[in-house]
Amino acid sequence: MALTKQATDIVSPAEEHLNDVDRGHPARLPIASLILGGLSCIGMLASIWLIFFYTPIDALQGVTQRIFYFHVPTAWTGMLGFVVMTVAGVVYLIKPDERLDWIARASGEVGAVFLTFLLITGSLWGKPIWGAWWVWDPKLTAALILWFMFIGYLMLRSYMGRTPESARVGAVWSIVGVIDVPIIYFSVLWWRGQHPGPQITSDGGLPPAAVLTLMVSLATFTLLYCFLMVLVYQLQRLQTQAQRLRAIVE
Amino acid sequence: MAWHGHVCLACTCHLQFYLDLRVDNISAVAPGVLWIAFIFASLLGLGRTLAAEREQHSMDRLLLCPVDRKAIYLAKLLGNLLFIGVVEIVALPIYALLFNVPLPAALLLIVLLGTLGIATIGTLFSVMAAATRARELLLPILVFPLIVPVVISVVRATQQLMAPTVNEPPWIGLLIAFDVIFLSISMLTFQYVVEE
Repeated sequence: MALTKQATDIVSPAEEHLNDVDRGHPARLPIASLILGGLSCIGMLASIWLIFFYTPIDALQGVTQRIFYFHVPTAWTGMLGFVVMTVAGVVYLIKPDERLDWIARASGEVGAVFLTFLLITGSLWGKPIWGAWWVWDPKLTAALILWFMFIGYLMLRSYMGRTPESARVGAVWSIVGVIDVPIIYFSVLWWRGQHPGPQITSDGGLPPAAVLTLMVSLATFTLLYCFLMVLVYQLQRLQTQAQRLRAIVE
Repeated sequence: MAWHGHVCLACTCHLQFYLDLRVDNISAVAPGVLWIAFIFASLLGLGRTLAAEREQHSMDRLLLCPVDRKAIYLAKLLGNLLFIGVVEIVALPIYALLFNVPLPAALLLIVLLGTLGIATIGTLFSVMAAATRARELLLPILVFPLIVPVVISVVRATQQLMAPTVNEPPWIGLLIAFDVIFLSISMLTFQYVVEE
């Protein structure tokens, strides 16, 4: 306790939110994480029931089509993760506050996981339907580059450590990425424009049951994203705290 | 610099064995070969200039000068451009000789715009990568995903020059747009990357 008291003495008032762990508050927002976790769980159970029992089987694609209800929400959450990461980064550049950096890092980690899941489910769907695990279609290429952006962000942050410079560099990286990925999408669209490739199923022509399932699944994955964000944010906060304490000890 | 020209040449020759280049498939494959060699040499060059700077701590001295950080970025960009440009000037005639392709003046414009795009991104990220433990190893990982529009545009534009087709999208327009956008972003964000 003496060491943590030492930590409390030398930190500025702005950093007091770090020291709640010492004062016996195990985690900020425990209610939020419980509520989000509970809702995600209920939502996921509902989604699974809807996806596997409620929606009709697709006439052309058969049972494989059900991946669509997992695939589209992960695309949405992955992109949401990148946007949140960029917004947090931009605000950090304007007004440096390490809590914004924790949000950015948390969003980077959670978004990367969702995007990996996106690429895997896409390949699993693509093999039976298109006969290929991967095609160089504009959407797929842009998704792959977005994945590289997430991985690059995580690598960069990991190599640079927990410093303000690292946070600024991460913010610049996500700004460059958020502008480049749409450009990449359009450049690949132009490149492939003369050779119409396989199209990912659009919403047009889906029966109402399928639309309902998709919406529920989308809401569930968004709740899951928020829940994971709260948890990873806490993790980032504790990791920063641990690093500071380690620095004092050493 | 001679070493980088040699890298370009070695790469170009080597690719001949990987791709089984023949006279009949030249116009489809040759632009790609040229740009693989250029990008490879560019990344090596970017890494080298950063290593040299780090050894001499010249970045700290530059930051002490009361100049706008944009000016520092533009100066670095110009340095990298000149470096890569010289390598390309050496490599282009050799490429024309080895693959028996013509060198129209429009190709120089395409090469200039493409190099500007790669160097813009490369200069910004070489400063970022230099601050990490992984240094030059990280630079290709950072740069490759971002220069995809430049790569697609220059290769297609070069192919257009060698074997013109109709209804092609305006690749040079995309290149110019990309260069303008990323030059602006890099100039604006460079100060955040270098400041302590």
